[in-house]
Amino acid sequence: MSNIFGWSIAFLIAASALNIAMANGEGRDQALTRFVVPALFGASLLVVWEGITRGLGVPGVILPAPSAIWETFQANTETLWKDFVQTFVKGALRGYVIGAMAAFLVALLVDRSDFLRRGLLPVGNFMAALPIVGIAPILVMWFGFDWQSKAAVVVVMVFFPILVNTVEGLRATDRMQRDLMTTYAANYWQSLLKLRLPAAMPFVFNGLKISTTLALIGAIVAEFFGSPIQGMGFRISTEVGRLALDMVWAEILVAAIAGSAFYGFVALVESIVTFWHPSQRRRR
Amino acid sequence: MTDAVLSTPAGASGVGAALRGVAGAVVPVLVVVAAIVALWYVACVPMNIKEALTQAERAGAVINPPSAIERRDASAIGLVVRNPSHASATLNQERPRLPAPHQVGAELWKTTGGMVLRGRAFSKRSLIYHAWVTLSATVFGFVIGTVAGVGLAVGIVHSRVMNMAVMPWAIASQTIPILAIAPMIIVVLNSVGVTGLLPKALISAYLSFFPVTVGMVKGLRSPDSMQLDLLRTYSASRSETFWKLRLPASMPYFFTSMKIGMAAALVGAIVGEMPTGAVAGLGARLLAGSYYGQTVQIWAALFAAALLAAVLVGAIGAVQRATLRRMGMAQ
Repeated sequence: MSNIFGWSIAFLIAASALNIAMANGEGRDQALTRFVVPALFGASLLVVWEGITRGLGVPGVILPAPSAIWETFQANTETLWKDFVQTFVKGALRGYVIGAMAAFLVALLVDRSDFLRRGLLPVGNFMAALPIVGIAPILVMWFGFDWQSKAAVVVVMVFFPILVNTVEGLRATDRMQRDLMTTYAANYWQSLLKLRLPAAMPFVFNGLKISTTLALIGAIVAEFFGSPIQGMGFRISTEVGRLALDMVWAEILVAAIAGSAFYGFVALVESIVTFWHPSQRRRR
Repeated sequence: MTDAVLSTPAGASGVGAALRGVAGAVVPVLVVVAAIVALWYVACVPMNIKEALTQAERAGAVINPPSAIERRDASAIGLVVRNPSHASATLNQERPRLPAPHQVGAELWKTTGGMVLRGRAFSKRSLIYHAWVTLSATVFGFVIGTVAGVGLAVGIVHSRVMNMAVMPWAIASQTIPILAIAPMIIVVLNSVGVTGLLPKALISAYLSFFPVTVGMVKGLRSPDSMQLDLLRTYSASRSETFWKLRLPASMPYFFTSMKIGMAAALVGAIVGEMPTGAVAGLGARLLAGSYYGQTVQIWAALFAAALLAAVLVGAIGAVQRATLRRMGMAQ
């Protein structure tokens, strides 16, 4: 059986050699190479994983092989979909939207008062560095086991990063631009809508992007403290208890796909909204 | 720069200006914190009123409305308005839904300072003991993660293959909720026979690893082409360029990403303590409090965690200021 292990190592070496050749070769700046090199690296990691688990006979309760995880994933799509809807759509997404809107409105209010801004920014920065997941047991106690408590945890987790970033962003215009608005006799709302909000958007999206991962983490971790009999966090904790690790990994695969897709979606919206920003201009 | 300093007329004493500068920074924060505490006290009354009324009724007081079923369906604020005399009882319950700040403070003191005074600072009922367990896992994992992260960043900056192959995965891995794997890592490592500090530290390391990598890659690349060209005209080797230009230039990024990594490491350690059956650590205190309905204990553990985070991040900040000032890079 250890043949498989040897072959997987051979594949890793061959793929690495190919990658080195491609990365230092002629077409190293082409889009295709930029895609193929990381993809090949990821694939070779998967192959080595498979080779180690199969070739060296690692028991499935310690580390299941990628192929076994994929089989479990395909066999349980219905359960996984229900968990996904419970945790992501009901808990994380609703909490994310509520938290983002609340943070945005509070940021607009805070921005109007210099005193409030100087008081709230350090507090917000401090809160953003705290282990906020710790409030999960309290909120589960208050809002019950269903998605409401998960959404509440997510609201608190995403609130401060978005608040701090939005307040920073609203200060991002420089004196010259604000003076120009004054010479146009623009009132507060006009200058907010036409100058300061658009200028704040790169900061706002920075906060929104950071929060995508936090939202998913918050919803999953909150389920460890109590949940209905579905949900990704519930499934992970119960299947770990049964040592059915292939199911746990399938759930992690779902979380990874959901997390990347969510992040990718927010990044896509960002590239549409802030098309004018230097970091969004197409390179070359 | 605060406005208070700018508006000081020339010739005013420097001490006064400095005092006003500090006040300009501290007073708003204090006001906001005071407002939060006041809001907290106000929120305690409707949150705890139902339990308080039930207890008062058992003690023989007359409650409006008298039946428990009516009270269950009534709104909390309405109950407060109809029974104002029982509002004070909401702030001193044994198991409140929302403990008042002074209750949390008392619990914190009882489990830290009070334990020290009785000479039992490291007993299992002391928060100092639990905070120490969490702290050691956090710092251990943070050191592993930072060393690995810096190493990977140096590799990425110096090798085109690693940059092209590893960097996209390092960035993509940030979008994945890694924390969800924490219980599995703990249980699996336990079943292999690895217990104690190491499993938690590994989760902390994994969480602090990526922020440090991404920040350091940015930092090591921060010298502009003019500076790199200068070292080229000096005929500097790659290692000389690294030690004399890239590494010093990366220091601001290094400290900033260390702060993020430290906060992430603490979260990792706390979550890592939950699935082991609530034995020791702040995460275990949270879980035990949630199992037994000890809300005051949960809040005390939460504040201990916040304090720990503040101390750890603050320590890095202090080292950052001292180092950057010595290097002449302080803002």
